[in-house]
Amino acid sequence: MSAPAVLFDAPGPKTVARHRLYTILAGIALVGILAFVIWRLYDRDQLEYAKWEPFLTPRYITALLVDGVLVTLQMAFSAVLGAVVFGLVFGAGKLSDRAVVRWFSWAVVEFFRAVPVLLLMIFIFFSYGIDRGSSGAYWSVVIALTLYNGAVLAEVFRAGVLAVPTGQAEAAYAIGMRKTQVMNIVLLPQAVKIMLPAIISQCVVALKDTSLGYAVAAPGLTAVGRLIYQGFGNQVPTVIVLAALYIAINLVLTALATWVQRRFVGEKEPLEVSLVGKTDAGGLGPGTR
Amino acid sequence: MNAVLDNLDLALRAFTYTILLFLIAGVFSLVFGTLLAAFRVGPIAVLSKATAVYVTAIRNTPLIIILIFFRIAGPKIGISFTFVDIKIGGLSFTNLFVACVVGLTVYTSTFVCEAIRSGVNAVPLGQAEAARAIGLPFAGVMREVVLPQAFRASVPPLASVQIALLKNTTVAGALGVFEAFARMKSLINDDVTQRVGIFLTFALTFVVLVEIVSFGANRLERRYRVAR
Repeated sequence: MSAPAVLFDAPGPKTVARHRLYTILAGIALVGILAFVIWRLYDRDQLEYAKWEPFLTPRYITALLVDGVLVTLQMAFSAVLGAVVFGLVFGAGKLSDRAVVRWFSWAVVEFFRAVPVLLLMIFIFFSYGIDRGSSGAYWSVVIALTLYNGAVLAEVFRAGVLAVPTGQAEAAYAIGMRKTQVMNIVLLPQAVKIMLPAIISQCVVALKDTSLGYAVAAPGLTAVGRLIYQGFGNQVPTVIVLAALYIAINLVLTALATWVQRRFVGEKEPLEVSLVGKTDAGGLGPGTR
Repeated sequence: MNAVLDNLDLALRAFTYTILLFLIAGVFSLVFGTLLAAFRVGPIAVLSKATAVYVTAIRNTPLIIILIFFRIAGPKIGISFTFVDIKIGGLSFTNLFVACVVGLTVYTSTFVCEAIRSGVNAVPLGQAEAARAIGLPFAGVMREVVLPQAFRASVPPLASVQIALLKNTTVAGALGVFEAFARMKSLINDDVTQRVGIFLTFALTFVVLVEIVSFGANRLERRYRVAR
């Protein structure tokens, strides 16, 4: 339900008193937890200036932001760009009329959705990136993320095209358009609008997964963080700062996705992307029966 | 491929770790996630907002940062699990394993909370209104009317969260637990020429595991699906 006010009536005096008691207890518990965390940090000398100094020094801040955040953003956006192309190709394949193309696309998409990203990353690293130093690791991360997110975006693409009201396709067939024309002229332009929030959410996923480059020593925010905490022994502050940076970037992206959803798609339901392993055969419109 | 067959016991041990990580973290994340969802949906505003902040923070952090916290930064502030030291057969479960389980649980339970909340939001408003209209109190509304339907509606998102957990257990391998990813890396390291065979074996095993979970989820969803 969208209105929690329906779950419980306007509270009467006893309930108001009880809720006030619960609120006070909850407030005390939360403040207690916060105080305990801060006390623990203080007790173990984690709040010392020496541990936080690297994050206030311009040289390290630039390193964090340029070598860290910028490289991570580059990796994420290259991966998403590649993933959009991959998704278009295999999403269109899943919607094809020819069974061979459909089943092949289905197999490829299922495989890359079910295999963990780390396995892909290591395999590509050992095949391609191992003698190329940090640029090899960078591209292993990007290619692995492209393959995984491309498979997810293929599903998003298919769900987006199928989410366009069926009347559109029927009308297009009725005036005599062929399948390709229906896709290109009528369905795709409307589907892109519907898919946009899902694509931006996939950016958030890609950004979080760039941190997996830790396993192949790829450049990026986590690598810079590791250098800092190995050099200064300030693990706890580093983890806190890294988490804060990731959360900030992801919150911006999520806000963007919500704005796009509201502005271009309206208040409708967000896109329903099917689960890994669901085998609904593709196909689209009257032309495929 | 031969490399895997020669080291079959190592590979099987690795997948046992994977499945155990998945099962333990899965169960705990379901429990903890339901608790978080109860806070989110309940009447106490302080708890609801605090949980919303917590869930948003953890959801937007990469899993590896959370595992690094429990594994590397945690011991510095006294969070360590060295009291655990169990050895069964060839498998050993020490503080490393427990730290990864705890990290996976913390991360996944926030996604479970969001999945359950989306299930609760999917129950039509009229149901709760009707329940209030016949005089059920809050506990009654939740227990008799809302939660049974919310459970049905939240099976698909819960299933995809658990499948994501199964794939996320590989991140524990990047931090030292010798499960499937770490074992694959070590086997490829030993013999790079066999990398394609090794990768395909491990990848296809993961595909099979994911398909099993997905099949189970489909059966569950079909059984509980409500015709609207």
